Amino acid sequence: MIKELKVDAIKCGTVIDHIPPGKVFKVIDLLGIGENDQVMIGTNLSSPKHGRKDVIKIENRYLSVEEINSVSLVARSATISIIEDFKPCKKTKIEIPDVLKGILVCPNRHCVTNSEPVVTVFDVEAKDPLSIRCRYCERVFGEEIGKANSL
Amino acid sequence: MDIISMRSLSKDNVTSLIELTEKIESGSISLDISGHLVALLFFEPSTRTAFSFDSAIKRLGGQTIIMQETKSSSVQKGESFADTIKTVSQYADAIVIRSAIEGAARFASEIVDIPVINAGDGANQHPTQTLLDLYTIKKQQKTVENRKVAIVGDLRYGRAVYSLVYGLAMFNAELYLISPEHLKIRAYVRHDLDTMGIKYHESEDISAVLDKVDVMYVTRIQRERFAGQYEYEKVKDSYQITRSMVESASLKNNFTLLHPLPRVNEITTDVDSLPCAHYFAQAKNGMYMRQAIIASLLGAV
Repeated sequence: MIKELKVDAIKCGTVIDHIPPGKVFKVIDLLGIGENDQVMIGTNLSSPKHGRKDVIKIENRYLSVEEINSVSLVARSATISIIEDFKPCKKTKIEIPDVLKGILVCPNRHCVTNSEPVVTVFDVEAKDPLSIRCRYCERVFGEEIGKANSL
Repeated sequence: MDIISMRSLSKDNVTSLIELTEKIESGSISLDISGHLVALLFFEPSTRTAFSFDSAIKRLGGQTIIMQETKSSSVQKGESFADTIKTVSQYADAIVIRSAIEGAARFASEIVDIPVINAGDGANQHPTQTLLDLYTIKKQQKTVENRKVAIVGDLRYGRAVYSLVYGLAMFNAELYLISPEHLKIRAYVRHDLDTMGIKYHESEDISAVLDKVDVMYVTRIQRERFAGQYEYEKVKDSYQITRSMVESASLKNNFTLLHPLPRVNEITTDVDSLPCAHYFAQAKNGMYMRQAIIASLLGAV
């Protein structure tokens, strides 16, 4: 017997696949997906490549570069497919950008970004393992910055 | 242009400031910034840095307005940092800023149209201190290039140290980082030094490096960095430079002993009269370097 797809196809919109298991809710949060958005989510689905994965399908919505960047730390190496008329017409891999603007809070409590209305800017110096530098307090953070930002 | 961090200055910037300082000190150039007003905003108390800038500006014929601490200012009335800076920028031609908040000077430089000079932001940077330190090294050692430099004391919380490490790295120094274990320099700086290909050694022992280095830069170890009085007392004396220590070491010719001041007891006062002690001259060099910085930023060169 052929098993049915657990997550239905969408007519047009965006599919983010290969999200690390359990992280789809964080992606929803970061993208500000609200009650008016039509979405389908799958979590802990089996994946031949990654063992387990999450997936989200968002009807009638195309993500901006800023939106994709905002989930890049959570959904590293996830794939984004743009769907037109049930068919994927463009597929890209999420990559951490060279600059992370307005996405993270600086874990240094003495940093000006935590006391003044400043948009945080981090320069990405290395992606694997992650090494990023706050443009204001100039401190460097590694993977722990994700935890400090509840990612 | 602004002076925010040693990391944002180029070697050319630093070299031209050193050359200009030499001309100012020798009197071969006379600069005039009369008609210019510089605001000195010290959100965190400072005596010597504020005086140094004030003297530098006045010796160039400029004028200053000074805010010392924030008790008497509008900041106390709840005005935001950004509003204070923007307002002051309406009156002055440049702003010198000291704050306990890290990144405060960079933020200030983004919201005003006049030059901003960082006079210390928390434990991050103190670039004008480093520029005067490099000038002093150049003066005493005849070159800043390829020096062996020991930096001693509190390497974890001292902003002068963070700036200095990046400044010395520009000139390919070999560093000896001497501190108690829990006051070691932050890991990312070691990573940066590795990336820049700068040789460095870490140790807890001053005496083992005294005869190896061209320059020893001593910083203050503050009592409040220790869990208790006992731990502080235990460490304090092992990071003290005494006359007998200096005299019994086979120092390099031209060995230069520096300290950003204020000093408490890291260098005993009987060292002051030795030919290697240059920390008071270093303070004077600071005034010349700050003249060079101010004059350059105001376009008076």
